[in-house]
Amino acid sequence: MQQIKMENILETKNLSVAYEKIDVLNHISISIKGGDFVGIIGPNGGGKTTLIKAILGLIPLSNGSVKLFGKDIKEFKEWNRIGYLPQKHSTVNLLFPATVEEVVTLGLLSQRKWPKRVSLDDKNKVTEILKTLGILELRGKMLSILSGGQQQRVFLARALVSSPDMLIFDEPSTALDTKSRESFFDFIRRLNKEGGVTIILITHDTSQVNNYVSKLLYIDKELVEQ
Amino acid sequence: MNIIDLLQYYFIQKAFLAGAFVAVICSVLGLFLVLRKMSLIGDGLSHVSFGAIALGLFFGIYPYYLAVPLVMLASILIIKISEKAKVYGDAAIGIISAVGISGGVILASISKGFNVDLFSYLFGNILAISNTEVVLSVLLSIIVLATISFFYWDLFSATFDEEYAKVSGIKTNMMNILITLLTAVTVVLSVKMVGIMLVSALLILPAVTALQFGKGFEASMFIGGVVSLLSVFIGITTSFLLDVPTGATIVMVNALMFVFALLLKKTKFLNV
Repeated sequence: MQQIKMENILETKNLSVAYEKIDVLNHISISIKGGDFVGIIGPNGGGKTTLIKAILGLIPLSNGSVKLFGKDIKEFKEWNRIGYLPQKHSTVNLLFPATVEEVVTLGLLSQRKWPKRVSLDDKNKVTEILKTLGILELRGKMLSILSGGQQQRVFLARALVSSPDMLIFDEPSTALDTKSRESFFDFIRRLNKEGGVTIILITHDTSQVNNYVSKLLYIDKELVEQ
Repeated sequence: MNIIDLLQYYFIQKAFLAGAFVAVICSVLGLFLVLRKMSLIGDGLSHVSFGAIALGLFFGIYPYYLAVPLVMLASILIIKISEKAKVYGDAAIGIISAVGISGGVILASISKGFNVDLFSYLFGNILAISNTEVVLSVLLSIIVLATISFFYWDLFSATFDEEYAKVSGIKTNMMNILITLLTAVTVVLSVKMVGIMLVSALLILPAVTALQFGKGFEASMFIGGVVSLLSVFIGITTSFLLDVPTGATIVMVNALMFVFALLLKKTKFLNV
C-alpha cells in the first residue's frame, strides 16, 4: 500500500447524473482523504449507489468531474488501488461454474497487463486472504452452492486480495446475520485503523456506522449534509 | 473393420484432424456463449454463413474466403444493432440471421447452377473435407485458442461479473466484440463438420454437458473439450461404419453424452 494518508484520494466537483434527462444526482462536491472512514447515508432512491457508480466510472456523468488519486477518472488506470463490494451481486452470473479460488483470483489478475498468468505468489496471496477471512476451507467449492453470507465473504476477499488503498462497500451487511455483521464491521474498522485503508461505506445501519466513521455524508439527490 | 483399419484412410485422418481442432474451439467458446446467454448467436451466424457461401459460389470465389470476413462483419453488426437500435440481442440475431438466409436463397434462385453445392453445406460432410479446408481449420482454430488463452482472465471476469470487470479496468465492450468475432470464425469452420443447420449444437451441447459436472471454470472447459473430442471421434467412426450422415451423428453423440451426464447428476453420481 502506498503512503497516501491525508492526501485527497477522491474528489468530485459538481458531480451530476441524469437518466433519460431526469436528474438523479445534482452538483455533488466531496473530497475524501487517505485514511478516512466515510459513511454515506440517505433515503432509498436518494442516489447513494448512483454516486458510487459514477465515482467508479460505471455510469456517465451529465456534469462535473471525478478525480481518483489525483487523476481525472478518464486518465485513471490504477484500478488495483480500489476494492469494490457492490450492493447486491445482481451482475454476478451465479450459474457460472467458478470456484471460490477462481473468483478471488479475479481480484488480482483483472488489473494486470496481458497475458495475465497466475503465479505462485498470486496463489499465496489468495490463500492468505481466504485464511484471514476464515473461509480457506471453501477455496475449492463452487460459489453457487455457498450461503449468502459466505458468498459475501468471497466477494470481500476478491475486493481485498490486491491490498487496495481504498475500499468501497455498498450496503455490505444486508446478507449477514447480526453476529457476522458485527465481525464484518469490526474487520473493516481494523483495516482502516491499523492498515490505513480508506473506507467508503453506504449503509442504512446508522447505529453501527456512527461508531466508526470519521465523516458522514447524507445524500438525497444532492449532498444534504456533511 | 477396427479403428486401426479406419485410420488407414486418408479422408478419415483429415476428418479426425480438422474435427478435433474444431471440436475443441467449439467447446471452449461454447462455454462462454452459454454462460453469457448468447447460445443462439451460433445459429444466427450459421445462417449468415449460408448467405456468404452462396455469395462465394455465385462469384466463383472459394466459399470460406468470403464466409470468414462476412460472418465476422455480421457478428459486429449484431452487437451494433442491439446497441444503436436499442433492441435485445436475440432480436438483433434474428434480423441478421434472416437477411443471411434470404440473401442465400435469392442468390441460389438467380444462379440456378450451384444449388447442389450450396445445399451440401446445410448438413455438412467432414468426410469430404478438402486439404485447404483442413489447413484453414487447424490454423484458424490455433488462432482462436491462442486468443482465448491470451485474454482468458478478462473474458472470465467479463462473463462472470461485468460490473466488477469494468471497475477492474477491463474493456468489457472489447471482450464482447472479441467473443462474437471468435464465434464467427468458429461457426464458419464448423459448417463443414455438421452443416449450417446443426452448428449451434456443437457450441451448446459440450458446454451444457460440462456444466452438469459442477466443477470450476477451468475444469468445465477441460471437460467440455473432452466431451466434444469424444463426440467427434465416436461420431465420425459410427457414421462411417453405419453409413449414416456424419454431422448429424456427431450431434446425436453429443446429445447422448449430455443425457448421460444429466442421469449421472440425477443419480448423485457426480455429487453435485
